[in-house]
Amino acid sequence: MSSETKIRKRAAISDKVWLLISLLVALAVWYLLSIGEKTGRGFPFAPEVLKGLATMVERKALWGDFVSSMISVVMGFGLGFLTALPMAFLMAWYAPVRKIIEPWINFVRNIPALAYSPLVVIILGIGRTPSVVLIWICTFMTMCITIYHGIRNIDNTLVKAARVLGANDVDIFFRITLPATMPFILTAVRLGLSAALTTLLAAESTGARAGLGMRIRTLSTTFESNAMLGYIIIIGIIGTLLNIFVDFIERRLTSWQEKREG
Amino acid sequence: MAGEERRVKIQIKAVKKEYRGDHGTTVALNGVDLDIMENEFVCVVGPSGCGKSTLLNILAGLHEASSGECCLDGEAIHGTDVKRGVVFQQYALFPWQTVLQNVMFGPQMKRLPKAECMEIARKYIRMVGLEDFEGSFPKELSGGMKQRVAIARAYANDPEVLLMDEPFGALDAQTRAQLQTELLKTWEEEKKTCFFITHDVDEAVLLAQRVVIMSARPGRIKRIVDIDIPYPRDQATKSDARFMELKAQIWNEVYQEYLEVRK
Ligand SMILES: Nc1ncnc2c1ncn2[C@@H]1O[C@H](COP(=O)(O)OP(=O)(O)OP(=O)(O)O)[C@@H](O)[C@H]1O
Ligand SMILES: [Mg+2]
Repeated sequence: MSSETKIRKRAAISDKVWLLISLLVALAVWYLLSIGEKTGRGFPFAPEVLKGLATMVERKALWGDFVSSMISVVMGFGLGFLTALPMAFLMAWYAPVRKIIEPWINFVRNIPALAYSPLVVIILGIGRTPSVVLIWICTFMTMCITIYHGIRNIDNTLVKAARVLGANDVDIFFRITLPATMPFILTAVRLGLSAALTTLLAAESTGARAGLGMRIRTLSTTFESNAMLGYIIIIGIIGTLLNIFVDFIERRLTSWQEKREG
Repeated sequence: MAGEERRVKIQIKAVKKEYRGDHGTTVALNGVDLDIMENEFVCVVGPSGCGKSTLLNILAGLHEASSGECCLDGEAIHGTDVKRGVVFQQYALFPWQTVLQNVMFGPQMKRLPKAECMEIARKYIRMVGLEDFEGSFPKELSGGMKQRVAIARAYANDPEVLLMDEPFGALDAQTRAQLQTELLKTWEEEKKTCFFITHDVDEAVLLAQRVVIMSARPGRIKRIVDIDIPYPRDQATKSDARFMELKAQIWNEVYQEYLEVRK
């Protein structure tokens, strides 16, 4: 038992070491880019970036941008999730729903949100609403398709096993379908959050008054690459934190899954 | 069985089953007739694809026969019922539930109070010797242990009939022998009517009172062999002269059918 924990501990330590090495490599690459004559214009090094972000704090922009984007992401993602979940079940259970909806989800999914964002603004006017709606559309499509495939992939023998043990439709939904789909729902949440962040720029491209995406655009017109890079990194950090959060939930909810080692 | 009056438990009457698929219609069963007595242990053998699982699924109520019907205690079988417990070859344990929760599933579906469900589950977990693993998830169990859980889960529902589709098919020889012995012991105690499908003629002769040999597509009953070896039986029974004789006889018939399929 002690040797097992030792092995596990060693693995944990080396994982952290790898993370550190990876960070150092990234910093080195960043530094090399920052001293290049041309690349330096786009990639100022860390102190410059922090200075740029400090200016944004002084201008009372950073916090407001962050909060505004987070509100849009949470609302858009929330609406996306709340609509994708039932729609995925309707698609899995009712062939007509599936046959009518699925081709269009696949059609729209491949169009960049930036392409149709002006249309949404034309319809909904400026402000937060078009941002939320765009994120809603993008997260809905990703999550709906992912959850739908999860439901369709449920092992039918499990449903049969539950039936012969006396389960009715409601039992089967709550005790088989839902837990069996849970890993896919969590994957959908992961993909949906990522979609929400990648749509941020498109969502705030026209009409938004604040926001990380909107600010990156305005900063680009004044060539303030240091603050811009700072904003870009912030979006990346938000994404990473959200991912860690989903990992945590995943470990709690789906630890029963067989995992491939290594 | 001596002296006991025997009652027909399951009736299979002129059952035909066709599967309609993209590549035309497959006749899986054609005119199957069989009576299974109360408390009887019947094993079904036959070449792969002869419709054994199809017949079991119809008895379980998971499939409907295309024509003919099956009855339990004289009542036609439509849909699943807790009176008919099933053990699947692929274990079919719920991976998100512990051993205890899996075995509790049936009693919970009967809306029994939780304490009672747990008590029943623990009894059958003890029966299959897994009391130290009741908190484990299926992924933490070996194949033999998983199949034990599946058997305990079927028993915990206290079915009148047990339908088993090659339950030991995926296990190694030693685990298989052990589970056969355990199943024999349980059957000798509880005498639940068993309908047991297997590929393994040894297994069929060891367990059953009657072995039903099915013929190749379309599936039909070719012959029924009475296994007149007294219980209690165990692995030593396999070296019995009568056992070997019956085994050779059945094996031959199954092999003939296998050759038919290959033609
Ligand atoms: N759902 C299905 N749709 C179409 N054909 C099917 C289906 N299930 C079974 N069949 C066909 O019916 C026949 C009998 O299948 P079945 O699974 O009952 O055989 P089996 O005797 O259990 O075989 P094995 O010993 O390999 O398990 C096969 O020819 C198979 O191709
Ligand atoms: Mg089969």
